[in-house]
Order: sequence, then structure tokens, then C-alpha cells
Amino acid sequence: MYDGMMAESVRITGHGGDEIEAYFARPLGPGPYGGVVVIHHMPGYDAATKEITRTFATHGYTAICPNLYWREAPGASPDDAAAVVRAAGGVPDERLVGDVDGAARYLRSLTYSNGKVGVIGYCSGGRQAFLAACSLPLDAAVDCYGAFIVGSPPEGMPLKVGPIVGMTEHLSCPLLGLFGAEDSFPSPEETSQLEEELARHAKTYEFHTYEGAGHAFFAVDRPSYRPEAATDGWERIWAWFGRYLAA
Amino acid sequence: MCTYRTDKVEVTGSGKGPGGWFRLKEAVVYFDHPQHSPADHTLNIDFANRDLGPDSRVAVELSPESALALARAIQASLDAAPPGLIPR
Repeated sequence: MYDGMMAESVRITGHGGDEIEAYFARPLGPGPYGGVVVIHHMPGYDAATKEITRTFATHGYTAICPNLYWREAPGASPDDAAAVVRAAGGVPDERLVGDVDGAARYLRSLTYSNGKVGVIGYCSGGRQAFLAACSLPLDAAVDCYGAFIVGSPPEGMPLKVGPIVGMTEHLSCPLLGLFGAEDSFPSPEETSQLEEELARHAKTYEFHTYEGAGHAFFAVDRPSYRPEAATDGWERIWAWFGRYLAA
Repeated sequence: MCTYRTDKVEVTGSGKGPGGWFRLKEAVVYFDHPQHSPADHTLNIDFANRDLGPDSRVAVELSPESALALARAIQASLDAAPPGLIPR
């Protein structure tokens, strides 16, 4: 398989017509390619998320990761930007949807696009991937350990997010969920509730909860990394996007 | 897990960041994943002045044991201050 790719920072039009930065990676072949919007985790638009974005390009997808913290901290280092946004209570849901919409439109506008776009998110981005898939016409979604789809943040925290499980009936595409059995945000009980809701609405979904893994088991640069769960998870991601984003 | 919990304290004082000394306005405290420290979770404190931009921040990521030791040392140091130096 030819795996040449390129990656660079670009500007896209996000929520409210705002110009925001995004990291874009694409295979160098003629296509046509499916596209993936990568939603970064709470620690921000960082090197690890850019690596994930490039990984999709080496596997034959155009991929784009919008910098969700651009408005609060344009050009700041990812950790400083994440600190600002955390203190401010996170990214508003409406703005997230607008930014993912802008990123998806960017991918569909490429001459080598096959017209299909999926979304994947990690940590807070897992919830946001579900939110985007319930709000926008997308072709596939992957939720990697997103909290507060079911359940609310604990008292005393400034995070301005609430449960969105009630949006399940509007889910526009098949959903793959990858979770750790030892995670508390989301807990296995919460992911089971989400699964019940997906079944009730006859949605196409597949959930995997890995024993011996907690939150952030995909993060190769953190002690939470669990190679067995991450390796199996990646295989399931390739199968999922291969099925639903193919030409 | 991501704990998400975040506590904010208004603070008066100064901190030294990458651009030199600046006036502090808040300290944001949370026990969650660190950016740099090789641990699953750390007690993180961002001493910041948002009015001056995102990089006006002094960040620390401490193991829970060292964070508690630091809290005790702060308390002990203030308790030991000579009478009259600290408004009670």
C-alpha cells in the first residue's frame, strides 16, 4: 500500500463563521478518500492528537483536527490553551458542533474526497464526537471514552456540559464506542445506559469495554496506555471506518 | 479517569513565567491527568493572570503526596509567622 502523506496547519471556517486553525493530513495518492474529523482531548490540540491525525492519513483517510481552543488562545502552546479553556468551563456544545461542521465541510470540499466523513474523539472529545454525530449529517462516529453523554459532571466543577443521551434518536450514523472497564468517567454503568438507548432507537452501534484498561488507554505518551486495548481498539476503528467511509 | 473537577481561588501576589514576573489573579487547582509529569494523575496548580494572555501562567504538577506535604508546609510556615505580620 502506498502510504505517502503530508500534514500541515490550515485555516477553516468554524462556528459562527469564525476562522480557526486546524491540523490537516492527507494521503498523497489520487483518492478518492473518506475523511475523518479528529476531536482532540481535554489537554488540547497537542502533539499526540496531531500524531493521531497523521495516522489516519497513512491509513488512507483525509483527516482534520480543528483547534477547539483557538478562540481563547490563538497561537498559544497547547497546555497553556488547555489551562485557559479548563478554567473557563470548557468548549460550549453549540460552538463544538459548528467547528466540526466546518471541518467536515472542508474535507468534503476536497477534489479527492469520496463525500463521506466520519468523526472520532477522545476523552472530552468522545462526548463531542457523539454530540456532533447527533447534530450533523455524518457517515460514521467513534467515541473513545467520552464522559457525560450519560450523567452530569460532579458538583463544584466549572465544566459547562450536561448529559446528551436524550439526543440519541437524532444520531445520524453508526457509532463505535471504545471504553475502559476501570474508567469512572464514563463508568461501565453509564456506557451500558447509552447502549440501551441506542438499542431502543434501533441505531447501528458496537461497544467494546476493555478489562484492565481505564481512561485514555490509547494515549501512548501516558501511563494510562494499555497496549492490548489500544491495539484491538485501532483494529476496530479501521474496520468501522473501512465499512462506513469507503467509496 | 478524567476527574474534571476544578477549583479556582482568587490570589494576590506575583509569579514568574516565561516572560518574567507578572501579577497573579487566580490559582486553578485540579487533580487530574498531567501534561508532563509521568503519572496517571497529579495535583495541578495553574497560577495565572488571564488578562495578560494564556502564557502568563506558572504551572506545577505534583504527586498527591508532595502536594499534601506542600499544603502542610504552607500552613506551618504561615502559622509560624511572627505575631502581627499576617492579618487574622
